[in-house]
Amino acid sequence: MEKEELRKELKVSAIENGSVIDHIPPHRVFQVIKILNLSEYDGQLLIGTNLESRKMGKKGIIKINNKFFKSDEINKIALVAPTATLIVIKNFKVTEKKKVEIPDKIEKIVKCFNPNCITNNEDIPTQFTVMEKSELKLRCHYCEKITAKNNIAFL
Amino acid sequence: MKNKSLVSINDFSKEEHIRILELAGAFEKRPKQRILEDYVVANLFFEPSTRTRLSFESAATRLGARVIGFSDSSSSSVQKGESLRDTILTVSNYCDIIVMRHPKEGSARFASEVATVPIINAGDGANQHPTQTLLDLYSIRKTQGKLDNLNVAFVGDLKYGRTVHSLVMALCNYNTTFHLVSPLELKLPSSVKIHIKNSQLAYHQYTDLLDVIPQVDILYMTRIQKERFSDPIDYEKVKNSYILRNSMLTEARSNLKILHPLPRVNEITTDVDDNPKAYYFTQALNGVYVRQALLAAILGVVE
Repeated sequence: MEKEELRKELKVSAIENGSVIDHIPPHRVFQVIKILNLSEYDGQLLIGTNLESRKMGKKGIIKINNKFFKSDEINKIALVAPTATLIVIKNFKVTEKKKVEIPDKIEKIVKCFNPNCITNNEDIPTQFTVMEKSELKLRCHYCEKITAKNNIAFL
Repeated sequence: MKNKSLVSINDFSKEEHIRILELAGAFEKRPKQRILEDYVVANLFFEPSTRTRLSFESAATRLGARVIGFSDSSSSSVQKGESLRDTILTVSNYCDIIVMRHPKEGSARFASEVATVPIINAGDGANQHPTQTLLDLYSIRKTQGKLDNLNVAFVGDLKYGRTVHSLVMALCNYNTTFHLVSPLELKLPSSVKIHIKNSQLAYHQYTDLLDVIPQVDILYMTRIQKERFSDPIDYEKVKNSYILRNSMLTEARSNLKILHPLPRVNEITTDVDDNPKAYYFTQALNGVYVRQALLAAILGVVE
């Protein structure tokens, strides 16, 4: 089983040291790149999407050479890619594997659903407190209204 | 409270609320004290509001402060397309405290983050209006002699009324029993009810106003606006059910007082005005004392 997965992952070449973000929903790969600001990254960056996945049908993957993420940095992607896993590679070996977690505060990524909120009317970065992680309820720091799972839009 | 902005009612603790009410009581006894003579208060009203603006102006003037500002964004640089951030940063240079009303929700929070002086929120869209809540608390405490263990009825538009939402939240600190009277279409939203539930307090919901009058100490009336109904027939059906008439008050408790954030249209008939239970005009006067207390406490001239 492990061999099979390895073969699939190799459709995107292995990296020696760095991070692999696996199990990204395929249409969210470029949003993940944007949130992590990887378009500015100077090192090797390998991207695959619509790859076969036993778990998900299709998935996206990003491999970033010589980059190691802090928890709050990587958890920023949990809203767009809740299924994602972070794999830390050292010397071509997996040294750590963990699922991303929705953080307690969300900044800049999500649009407030309230059209009358100041963040939708002036150039102000959004900020939310996560009220509920399972049902995903975000309370706007400014207008105090709750943006729920079914009306989340990403900036 | 020195230099602290007041954006949401929960920005101040229960103890700070009580302190403001005590200070307001002192200003009621002696309203004219020139303790803010060296201060400039900026009143920035990005949307028109007669009562709140005049009440703040009166409060500041009675304390000897100078008031600058505008009463409508068409007479300000907003008209030229200036951002809120730039307006607030600039006005911060000219004054010691900013009182602002703005049509967009969250504007006051944002202003408090960019301003170099404290902000008092005088209403940000449908979100918060904390000075109204404090004057409501003051009026309740003054007429009942206490805030704890009261039966308070909220009547009318409980869905959209921001004064109702903030007052319900504030009263959750005082073991209040809530009586919520509204048409089904305008019930208190769950985002507000959750505060009552979290405080483990009782609330009762009614559609008939008469049922509730004998049971309560405070009757907080609000206006039902026609435009809140998607179907005009629904409005026609309920529009007369939430009008308070003097004849309905015969069974009321002797200590009952009727509050209303004003403006009133027809939801309290004018024959109630002469009933000693009617308190809404005094409630508006109390707003001046509460705003004096807030200006003085936030500017740090009283503690």
